[in-house]
Amino acid sequence: MSTDVQHASEASAPDHGHDDGHASASFYVWIGVILAVVTGVEVAIFYIEAMDPYEAPILVILSAAKVILVIMYFMHLKMEPKFLTWVFMAGVVLATFMVSALVVLYHVLPAFGG
Amino acid sequence: MAQAAAAVDDHGHTTTGISNFKLGFWTFIASECLFFGTLISTYMVYKGRAVVGPYPAEIFDVLITTISTTVLLFSSLAMVLALHAVQLGRKKHAIMWLLAVIAMGGIFLGMEFNSYLKYIDYGLTLTSSTFGSSYYVLTGTHKVHVVLGMIWMAILIWLIARDRIPPAKSEQVEIAGLYWHFVDIIWIVIFTLIYLIQ
Repeated sequence: MSTDVQHASEASAPDHGHDDGHASASFYVWIGVILAVVTGVEVAIFYIEAMDPYEAPILVILSAAKVILVIMYFMHLKMEPKFLTWVFMAGVVLATFMVSALVVLYHVLPAFGG
Repeated sequence: MAQAAAAVDDHGHTTTGISNFKLGFWTFIASECLFFGTLISTYMVYKGRAVVGPYPAEIFDVLITTISTTVLLFSSLAMVLALHAVQLGRKKHAIMWLLAVIAMGGIFLGMEFNSYLKYIDYGLTLTSSTFGSSYYVLTGTHKVHVVLGMIWMAILIWLIARDRIPPAKSEQVEIAGLYWHFVDIIWIVIFTLIYLIQ
């Protein structure tokens, strides 16, 4: 590949694409800014009383979005073989199930006389 | 013989195409999810069951914790930029970003320990109530992880400064980054479940 062709292929690559499969520095900065903005939105929701009835589900969704962004782009799981996603998800799913089951057992069922 | 040499050149890659080091570390992270899952479960189970105060709503300063959370989020950004610099062979940039990670980790710890001192003044200690016990064990375990991560970053700086981590060996920084980002993820979850959803 000549130098010109090489430059052309690099220029045509998307901004988040790099020749090593990882993203550019500016792309990571954008992800950092998005994470900070989402954190700001979470805190705003916490302080707005009108949001109280929907607070918990919205905060959980926003928190999950932040976790996914960090895992996919900062931890590069998006660029890794699918097998690593399965390894990681095994732990996440089991932990989520454990937390959810205990919350249901100790907080939800007693409210219904269970 | 040739196969053995190829295996050595391949830095321990397995039939999955993933290096043993990376596969092992992702498995460790998955196990850490369960470890923190048990601590979060314990906190959630005891939530609202403390018979003596102070209670979460009375003492938590969400604004201060938001600032420390944002600092930790940006330390993750510095970590990924450090890895980026190592991969590009930019030694000075890599050291600078890793120093930023340590500095932001230190700021996070400083702010959190300051909060601990305030909570202790309010009467919340490790033995004062089920809330105190589960809160300090969960967040304290997270802080131990942050300290270990900062020590790991300091070791990486030492290795990079001595040219022990060239771009070809950037996986060492990548693995440390996985650890640091995981610590960040755990705090994202703790921040939401403990401080915001009270």
